[in-house]
Amino acid sequence: MLLIYCPYCEEERSELEFRQAGDAHIARPTNMTEMTDEEFEAFFFLRDNVKGLTYERWRHLNGCGRFFNAARDTVSDKFVTTYKAGLPKPDISTLRPATEAIVETYEATESDAK
Amino acid sequence: MADLIGADLATRTPPLAGFHGGSGAASLSAATPATRLSLRAKPDAVSALSLALGLSLPTRSKTSASGHGRHALWLGPDEWLVIDENGADLTTAVASSGVLHSATDISHRNTAVIVKGRGAEVAINGGCPQDLSLAVFPVGACSRTVLGKAEIVLLRTAEDTFRVECWRSFAPYVSGLLNEAAEDAGN
Repeated sequence: MLLIYCPYCEEERSELEFRQAGDAHIARPTNMTEMTDEEFEAFFFLRDNVKGLTYERWRHLNGCGRFFNAARDTVSDKFVTTYKAGLPKPDISTLRPATEAIVETYEATESDAK
Repeated sequence: MADLIGADLATRTPPLAGFHGGSGAASLSAATPATRLSLRAKPDAVSALSLALGLSLPTRSKTSASGHGRHALWLGPDEWLVIDENGADLTTAVASSGVLHSATDISHRNTAVIVKGRGAEVAINGGCPQDLSLAVFPVGACSRTVLGKAEIVLLRTAEDTFRVECWRSFAPYVSGLLNEAAEDAGN
């Protein structure tokens, strides 16, 4: 079971209390009436689905109920850090240890996939 | 019309009326009916609301304030659950505060199970992932969390006693799950 640090409860809680809520740091356009359909589609539907470090919104649904942001690795499922909603993206390089252990995923150990 | 006088009109049946269960290690009982308030307010209204309720609303996570059968539980940075076991009119009490807030009477939405005994922690941990050891969850600690598939609000009222608040429609599920876990807690 994953433990996720809630920046509002200031405590690690079980993943069972949390819900993922999509990508973080997506600014809502201020000129929505002037946008083309393609621009709106890009804002509304298109997401990067990155492999590796990603920034997501999470909600402590069965806890304090607050939305917050998390930097998470989609390969290892590791939460690098969590921070309150509204704060800018944190500098991950200062948070990650210099020598990071290799995550034993299938891609890393068995296959040729890159 | 005269026939109606004295006839059995609709009567309110509390959820879990007369419920008792559990084991020697953790006994379960239905809490007495109480009035409850879901209270939301910004930080600048906290002191006036505290004065109106006669309790200082907690502002740190997982803490509560209790006195004279009334409890104020921190649920979120701007959200509290207020419980009055004496049935006092909480809505009127907070309305007299004169500050901006949102108060919803949820007296009949919630019900509560009292879990008591040396196995109370184990019984609740049968469906709840929180660390309930005394060091992390001391007397007076409270938290909204999950019990199996249901959302609950936990309040530790004594070292061996917990109040488990749940929505009334989840009461059969919550009491049933706690009953099973309480039997396991004895072993």
